[in-house]
Amino acid sequence: MSLENNTLVKLNNAGFKQNDKWLVEGVSLTVEKGKIVTLIGPNGSGKSTTAKIALGIYKNIEGSVEKYTNKVGYVPQKISIDWTLPLRVHDFMLLTENIKDEAIDEALNLTGVIHLKNKNLGNLSGGEFQRVLIARAISKKPELLVLDEPVQGVDYTGEIALYELIKRISDTLNCGILLISHDLHTVMTATDHVVCLNGHVCCSGTPMDVAKNNEYKTLFGEQASQILSVYEHKHDHVHSDKGEIKKN
Amino acid sequence: MFDDFFIRALIAGLGIALVTGPLGCFVVWRRLSYFGDTLSHSALLGVTIAYSFEINIALSVFLISSVVALILIQLQKKTNLPGDALLGLLAHSSLAVGLVVIGFLTFIRFDIMGLLFGDILAVTTDDLLIIWTGGALILLVLKFIWKPLFASTVNYELAEAEGLNPDRAKAIFTILMAAVIAISIKMVGLLLITGMLIIPAAMARNLSDSPQKMVLFSIIGGLLSVLLGLFSSLEFNTSSGPSIIMAALVLFILSLLNIKQSIKLKN
Repeated sequence: MSLENNTLVKLNNAGFKQNDKWLVEGVSLTVEKGKIVTLIGPNGSGKSTTAKIALGIYKNIEGSVEKYTNKVGYVPQKISIDWTLPLRVHDFMLLTENIKDEAIDEALNLTGVIHLKNKNLGNLSGGEFQRVLIARAISKKPELLVLDEPVQGVDYTGEIALYELIKRISDTLNCGILLISHDLHTVMTATDHVVCLNGHVCCSGTPMDVAKNNEYKTLFGEQASQILSVYEHKHDHVHSDKGEIKKN
Repeated sequence: MFDDFFIRALIAGLGIALVTGPLGCFVVWRRLSYFGDTLSHSALLGVTIAYSFEINIALSVFLISSVVALILIQLQKKTNLPGDALLGLLAHSSLAVGLVVIGFLTFIRFDIMGLLFGDILAVTTDDLLIIWTGGALILLVLKFIWKPLFASTVNYELAEAEGLNPDRAKAIFTILMAAVIAISIKMVGLLLITGMLIIPAAMARNLSDSPQKMVLFSIIGGLLSVLLGLFSSLEFNTSSGPSIIMAALVLFILSLLNIKQSIKLKN
């Protein structure tokens, strides 16, 4: 199989302008099967916009998007459900595709919200709703997952478990993931490729490359770059029970 | 037992209720009640054109309503006016144009009351054919676009991102709205068609916890309203449209009791 066939979505110098203001411009990135690409950057740097360009939600864009799959799962950053709709979690799971009941149960189990299956969507807490959103996106076994701040409002232990789940899904389903996260710790442990945005691509590469980048340091500060180093550090040795350090 | 005209009115009304039930749910969910009003106001112009050129009323109303819907979509794109202002603009100007045209058509005697409020005496066998084949077509198309339409009603970006083409579904739904107004205008009257769409759906909302249930109850509510309304229309010699809508209102009020009860249960 050639490299091209692994590509799920490719942005070529893409940008989007709204009311004569560039939300983001000049973004090039590729999401491949089994790989996690993470977008980081300060508020208003164009992370969600980039995701929406990749998804084809924004149509009048500069540059181009090549999309090679229609099996897409999306967890948007903001979503509000109207009370005029009587909608249970179960109905919501079937929103864009008719999937089998077992697949629904499996996904809800994975994100720990199976007990909410027959609850009304309007009665869920923020964290519960977020878990349902993730379950819905993964239940259809997509080839491309786009997760925009997927664990917002989830409690701390749940956050770690969900990121582990996301990593596992990318391995088991061999799907490509475009992740937007402000949590640098997670970004660095699970990501293959990091794109740091600030209205344009300020730097990109492996987590370690980005951590060393000077623009990244000025954007996020010295401390952020230390976080990365700590994680990179973890990869080349393990701690034994007694606290001794063993080189890999 | 009953006169022929009454049997015809019953068959027509039940056919209309089967279609307005599911469509009405979308009108409630997508907040389109004023859009429905605008289309039905423009139907008057459709009726006058039908009389002037001696073409079928349902067809003419359908065409004019579709044109008005298209104009609305264009105005929404090209102007900065808020949606409700545009709806009002189109509703009242098309109503005005329709009334002025009626003024010119002095050679035809119009039953304005029948046009506005519906007339069970006016339903012909041809109308039944139009209502039932048109209605079946509307339901078939609705079933076909259900998934993208419903998904984009819940969240437009999710539907778009996951490849459901919500814009096409929305455009088709607009045409369906024009069609349902066209087939029900004789029976319910152009002032009250939106009521037929909204009130049974609103009643159903009070009784349901899932979209499928709401559609089902909305259909049942519409059928009951037609039955109750038409029998009382016959009994008390009232216009068919208002009688049906009043029956729907009674059902809606009864459904409020269900809400009260479920709130009590929660506490």
